[in-house]
Amino acid sequence: MSTSIEQLSCQELVELVTDYLEGALPGAERASFEHHIEGCRGCHEYVRQMRQTIELTGSLTAADISPAAEAVLLAAFRDWNKNA
Amino acid sequence: MDDAAVIAALRARDERVFAELMRMYNASLLRVALIYVATRAVAEDVVQETWIGVLNGIDRFEGRSSLKTWIFRILTNIAKTRGQREGRTVPFSALERPGAVPEAAVDADRFLSPDHERWPGHWASKPEPWPEERLLAREARSVVERAIEELPPAQRAVISLRDIEGWSSEETRNALGVSETNQRVLLHRARSKVRQALEDYFVEAR
Repeated sequence: MSTSIEQLSCQELVELVTDYLEGALPGAERASFEHHIEGCRGCHEYVRQMRQTIELTGSLTAADISPAAEAVLLAAFRDWNKNA
Repeated sequence: MDDAAVIAALRARDERVFAELMRMYNASLLRVALIYVATRAVAEDVVQETWIGVLNGIDRFEGRSSLKTWIFRILTNIAKTRGQREGRTVPFSALERPGAVPEAAVDADRFLSPDHERWPGHWASKPEPWPEERLLAREARSVVERAIEELPPAQRAVISLRDIEGWSSEETRNALGVSETNQRVLLHRARSKVRQALEDYFVEAR
C-alpha cells in the first residue's frame, strides 16, 4: 500500500465519490482519489457500483402526468384561453 | 422546440404545446412540491396552481431565466407558501443545510476502525462485483425505484431530476434554488442509499 492510499482511507473515499464523478474534486484530491482506486480493489469496485447505480437509475422512465390531472389542466387552459 | 418557440406558442394559446409542456415537467414538479408540502394531494394542488400561474404569467415573462427555471420558481413560491401555512418549516433545512446532520454513504461497520494499526479506515468487508445479468433484470430496476421512493423528499427530488430526468446540476440547482454544494450533498446521499439498496438486494439473493 502506497503512502497516498494511506492518506485517503476507504471510508473517506466513499464520501468523495460524487464530488469525483461530478468533476468537483480539486486537482490534488482528484489525483489521490484516482491513485487510491487504482490500488484498492474494494474502492475500485465501489466506484464501479456507483456508476452502475447511476446508469440503472437513468434507465427508469420519467413518471408521466396522470390522465386525470392532464384533463383538469387542459380544461383550465381552455378557460384561460377563453378569458384571455 | 427552444424556449422562444414554446413561449411564442403559449402566447398564441397553442394547446398542444401546453399539453407537451405538462407531460415534460408535471412529474418533476410534483416531486419538487413534495419537498415543501406533506401530502401528495396538496402537492398535486400546488402543481395545478403552478400551471395556472404559468398561463397567467406567460405574457409578462421576460425570459431572464430559462422557461424551465421560471416554471419551477413559480412552483417553489406556491409550495413554500402552502408549506408554511401547513406549519412545515423543517423541510427547508433539508435544502439549505443538508450537511447539518451527518450521514455516512456506507455503514461505519463495513470499515476497520480509524485507529487500526495497519489499515485504518480500510474495508473490513469490501464490495463484491454485482452479477451482470441480474443487474439488467427488471427486478433490479424495481429495487432502485423503491429505494428512491423511500428517500427524504429533497434527496428524492435531486436524484430524480439529475439521474432519471437527466438534468444538469445547474438546471437542478436553479429549479430547487439550492447551492451547488448542497445539491451535490443531496445527490451524494441519494445515490449512496440507492447503491446500498442494490447491494443489499444482490447479497441477499446470492
